[in-house]
Amino acid sequence: MAAICSFVRLLVRNNTNLQHSLNSIGTKRWCTVAHNISVWNTVKAKREAALLGGGQARIDKQHAKGKLTARERISLLCDPSTFVEYDMFVEHRCTDFGMEKEKITGDGVVTGRGMIHGRPVYVFSQDFTVFGGSLSSAHAKKICKVMDQAMMVGVPVIGLNDSGGARIQEGVESLAGYAEIFQRNVMASGVVPQISLIMGPCAGGAVYSPALTDYTFMVKDSSYLFITGPDVVKSVTGEEVTQEELGGAKTHAVISGVAHHAFDNDVDALVRLREFYNFLPLSNLDAAPRRECNDPIDRMVYSLDTVVPLESTAAYDMLAVIKAVVDERDFFEIQPNHAKNIVVGFARINGRTVGIVGNQPKVAAGCLDINASVKGARFVRFCDAFNIPIVTFEDVPGFLPGTAQEYGGIIRHGAKLLFAYAEATVPKITIITRKAYGGAYDVMSSKHLRGDINYAWPTAEVAVMGAKGAVSIIFRGGDIKAAEKEYMEKFANPFPAATRGYVDDIIEPHSTRARLCHDLDVLASKKQTNPWKKHANMPL
Amino acid sequence: MSLFMSSRCTVCLKKMNAVKSLRPTATRIIPTAWYGISAVDYDPKFYTLDPINDGEKKFDKILIANRGEIACRVIKTAKQMGIKTVAVYSEADGLSLHTKMADESVCVGPPPTNKSYLNMDAILEAVKSTDAQAVHPGYGFLSENTEFARELTEMGVTFIGPNSKAISSMGDKIESKKIALAAKVSTIPGYDGVVKDEEDCVKISNEVGYPVMIKASAGGGGKGMRIAWNDKDARTGFRLSSQEAASSFGDDRLLVEKFVDNPRHIEMQIIGDKHGNYVYLNERECSIQRRNQKVIEEAPSTFVDPEMRVRMGEEAVQLSRAVGYDSAGTVEFLVDSQKNFYFLEMNTRLQVEHPITEAITGLDLVQQMIRVAYGHPLNFTQSDIGIRGWALESRVYAEDAFKNFGLPSVGRLISYIEPLHVPNVRCDSGVREGSEISIYYDSMICKLVTYGETRNEVLKNMVEALDSYVIKGVTHNIPLLRDIMTESRFIKGDITTKYLAEIYPDGFKGKQITTAEERKLFAVACTTRVKEYLRSFTFYNAERIPMEPMTTDSICLNVQRGDNQNDVVVRWNKTKEEFYVMFNDGAKVTVTNNFSLADTVITPDVDGEPVTFQLLNKDMGGNITLQYQGTQFVVKVLDDKTADYLRYMKETPTVDTTRVINAPMPGLIKSISAKVGDTVVEGQEICVIEAMKMQNSLSFGVTGKIKALNCKEGEMVEEDAVLAELE
Repeated sequence: MAAICSFVRLLVRNNTNLQHSLNSIGTKRWCTVAHNISVWNTVKAKREAALLGGGQARIDKQHAKGKLTARERISLLCDPSTFVEYDMFVEHRCTDFGMEKEKITGDGVVTGRGMIHGRPVYVFSQDFTVFGGSLSSAHAKKICKVMDQAMMVGVPVIGLNDSGGARIQEGVESLAGYAEIFQRNVMASGVVPQISLIMGPCAGGAVYSPALTDYTFMVKDSSYLFITGPDVVKSVTGEEVTQEELGGAKTHAVISGVAHHAFDNDVDALVRLREFYNFLPLSNLDAAPRRECNDPIDRMVYSLDTVVPLESTAAYDMLAVIKAVVDERDFFEIQPNHAKNIVVGFARINGRTVGIVGNQPKVAAGCLDINASVKGARFVRFCDAFNIPIVTFEDVPGFLPGTAQEYGGIIRHGAKLLFAYAEATVPKITIITRKAYGGAYDVMSSKHLRGDINYAWPTAEVAVMGAKGAVSIIFRGGDIKAAEKEYMEKFANPFPAATRGYVDDIIEPHSTRARLCHDLDVLASKKQTNPWKKHANMPL
Repeated sequence: MSLFMSSRCTVCLKKMNAVKSLRPTATRIIPTAWYGISAVDYDPKFYTLDPINDGEKKFDKILIANRGEIACRVIKTAKQMGIKTVAVYSEADGLSLHTKMADESVCVGPPPTNKSYLNMDAILEAVKSTDAQAVHPGYGFLSENTEFARELTEMGVTFIGPNSKAISSMGDKIESKKIALAAKVSTIPGYDGVVKDEEDCVKISNEVGYPVMIKASAGGGGKGMRIAWNDKDARTGFRLSSQEAASSFGDDRLLVEKFVDNPRHIEMQIIGDKHGNYVYLNERECSIQRRNQKVIEEAPSTFVDPEMRVRMGEEAVQLSRAVGYDSAGTVEFLVDSQKNFYFLEMNTRLQVEHPITEAITGLDLVQQMIRVAYGHPLNFTQSDIGIRGWALESRVYAEDAFKNFGLPSVGRLISYIEPLHVPNVRCDSGVREGSEISIYYDSMICKLVTYGETRNEVLKNMVEALDSYVIKGVTHNIPLLRDIMTESRFIKGDITTKYLAEIYPDGFKGKQITTAEERKLFAVACTTRVKEYLRSFTFYNAERIPMEPMTTDSICLNVQRGDNQNDVVVRWNKTKEEFYVMFNDGAKVTVTNNFSLADTVITPDVDGEPVTFQLLNKDMGGNITLQYQGTQFVVKVLDDKTADYLRYMKETPTVDTTRVINAPMPGLIKSISAKVGDTVVEGQEICVIEAMKMQNSLSFGVTGKIKALNCKEGEMVEEDAVLAELE
């Protein structure tokens, strides 16, 4: 009550007319009461208007497209009745092009904080029904406000993007808004996890905010990400391309690698984003989360004893290895359809979040190429930034040879993965399942790159290269067959590495899970620091 | 080491052995057993009649010319007898269980059977190189190959099976029937000569007695075959059959035979030695078959009475004596509804279904085969053979029972747990977790045997065993086996070889559950979802920002199976682990005695009664796959709001499967009978894919013009590969 009185007094002070009438006793009380009621009614009306965004007609249109509204999305993402909205009454202040007559409370973005499975999160959700979700200065300020607060308290930010682009009527104000967001994205990078879920169009400069966040997820068939749309592409280059081909979920999840996952629809995306969130720590000051675990830690995984074929050129599925080892086969794969020769993603071992990196012998023999290196490097750096232990399953015949790779700069890109592993100070455990050849052996979290625990399965072969290639260099001419046999006896096994201590033990595959559980327990208290620097200069 | 094994394989195996030898004792956390989860030890308590006598002379070393479960089965007995064992394996089987179990193993060639397990030269070479004194052939492969038996004999190696003369005389259908007739064994009555004309046909049919089968002498595949119930049928049958026979085979000679209507398939196990002793070991009922392959067998048969058993047994012994049979063998009979039985053929080998005979007689048939082959006489006579209770065998196959009662499937056993905790269960298998069911060999996973005092007890144990048998990674036929176990005609023992077609006229469609059963299924699915939901709120290390305490104790859910949607409210009592699932019509199901989300076999109390489910899968989108009464059910459980918003989501367009042909399994394209541009009709063969020794003809579901053919003859294709498309 006291609060309301002071609020009225404040209003009164600012209103000269009212001040005037206050002087005449009698009408005074009437006026205050009437005013009070009218303010309350206005608040209520504005709130109701804000909840409706661009109005029922536009909401129906959104639904007809198979999309949810900004608020519906938040209500699915957050635990029931945990969302606290900020800045619901914000409006834009543009007066050009008749915009002053068109004001919608909230101005096209819903911001605030909520809970996901009992843990806090900051959220902004762009509202396509309001000016096509376009970004005004006010819109940008709302986003910046939640980002600033998220940084201060150390809680992740999730952005649900559904915006036609810049609010053109506002000109440079809108561009400034983008830049303000970009700056905060960069400052928050490595401090709190940032996730973008693209649920509609996102074009032009707007694409760089998702690109700066840690994860960009997309919804199939309804989201697009591109720098310039098909019309501009056609007028500039003459190339005919559809929106979907140019920047659809498939394009980015498979070809470009811009998207880390593509979900079937809005509901699927939000439900799975909630699950994904559970893998992440809240900030760089928190340990990776540890959840209740029902899967026995000493579970022997006998299927691993036969997973690597006896024929060393035969392929097998590294996902089978990963899923068999982790808790309840639950593996959230990142970029499952891009650079499939490397597998990265999150899982739990004994309830602890771990980042898994595995070479995939099923695709291109699991060799490292440009895309695989970049995919792996970015994932390793995320894990390192957020205290998530890295478990590496290694079966790598080397880097992919050829002009395409060399011209593309495999040296520069391969160095990224090497850099990421070498720089990482989180617990690093490596299991060599089969091949660890050449430079790729060094790169994949080897002992020499401060690997904490390195295991080899009996099927491991650690060597500079395969027998055929090696023999052709070492023995020019002579009895090739015998030389090959000698080379295999010597190197096509884990002993050369084990006798030198480059692997800590040769383990029976079925014991892998039990060992990882124990090792992660021990390594939980690992402390390792890199020398002080402003930042490293990694080979970008 | 071997002829065929690539040097790479050798190095790899050696390497593993080297590592193994480095580790003679158990390390801190890890047991060293290299295999050990599925290799069940020999159970001396099972074999009570003529147990293994350590003092008896025996072979030093035998080779088992087979793979899979039967190789493991033979190795187990041999080991117990103190005989060293040699396994042979193809390149695909280098890591398989039988190879691990044997004392020595030899690679006999690449994966295809004709290059490995049927490769006589390679196997004989393996016998030589390992100095094996005898060879057990198992079943299939070279087990009934007279030449193999003869070559071994010439090498001075004993063939653990009958003499080659007995094999060859029983291998030929006409000769075996002649021998059977001479030995006064009941054969299907009929006319051996060629039928001259219509009148002759009527005359002969009357002599044989209706109903009769008129069939082409050169026939096969149902062509030129007619059943006649009277003279009129016989006349038309003769005319049509001879025409068909002439056009199909260029040979219009016809035979007339008694037609056995709705027959049962019952067989008699016998064993003989080299000293003229013969004993029959009672019958096995094998009527439940699909495509002439047995699925479920039992011993004894509910249909055979003691007097009939003696008659069948004695005739089987007469036949065995007539051919000088000197090993374990099986005489198969067709039995009509009047308990008349007719000799069909004799299998001169150890049968797949021998364990049920072992269960009811207490005899180790493998041990007896080895003894007899060595030259020992049988240590028991007919009067020692009784019937000890009842035994039932379910053949667990890697196949999709929903397609033609079993279309082979392949894959890797990512999880495999045999139900050995159930009392009186025996599992004969050659696989373990991680084994590959490949396209090259038979798709049988295991012979699941239950035995006990009474048939009811055996059936009950079989149900429990099937419910808790965990097989993940391949499609299996447990849904069908489990459904038969509770089907009323099977329970009554009222079965024939046409059982499956009669019970499932439209094919097997999975367990049809009642509304009450569906409620139980839903209740357990909801409980699983809620448990998972509650668990996702339990973080152990949220110190900096403590977790919001969970205050709710109920949730509104929407549960859906197919088109059936239900709104439910689930309340729970955290301390007592009780979940109350309330349906919107007021029905309530209580789920208590809770389970771990990491377990596959779960046995919650549903309304106070323990019910076995298998929690096969749960994904992030709320799909929960539960196996209930053998069949897998996918139930979608979402909270009410999520389910509500789903209505706005667009259906993802599904591919019109009638206009494409996908490979139903990985396999080899055997032949292609159409080309691009052809107009083909619905059901017309486009190509044939071969997998697991089975040829499958593939066709379109509609008529149209072929747009693309994406395979070549002789090409290996992956499962679901698009082989052909219509315009």
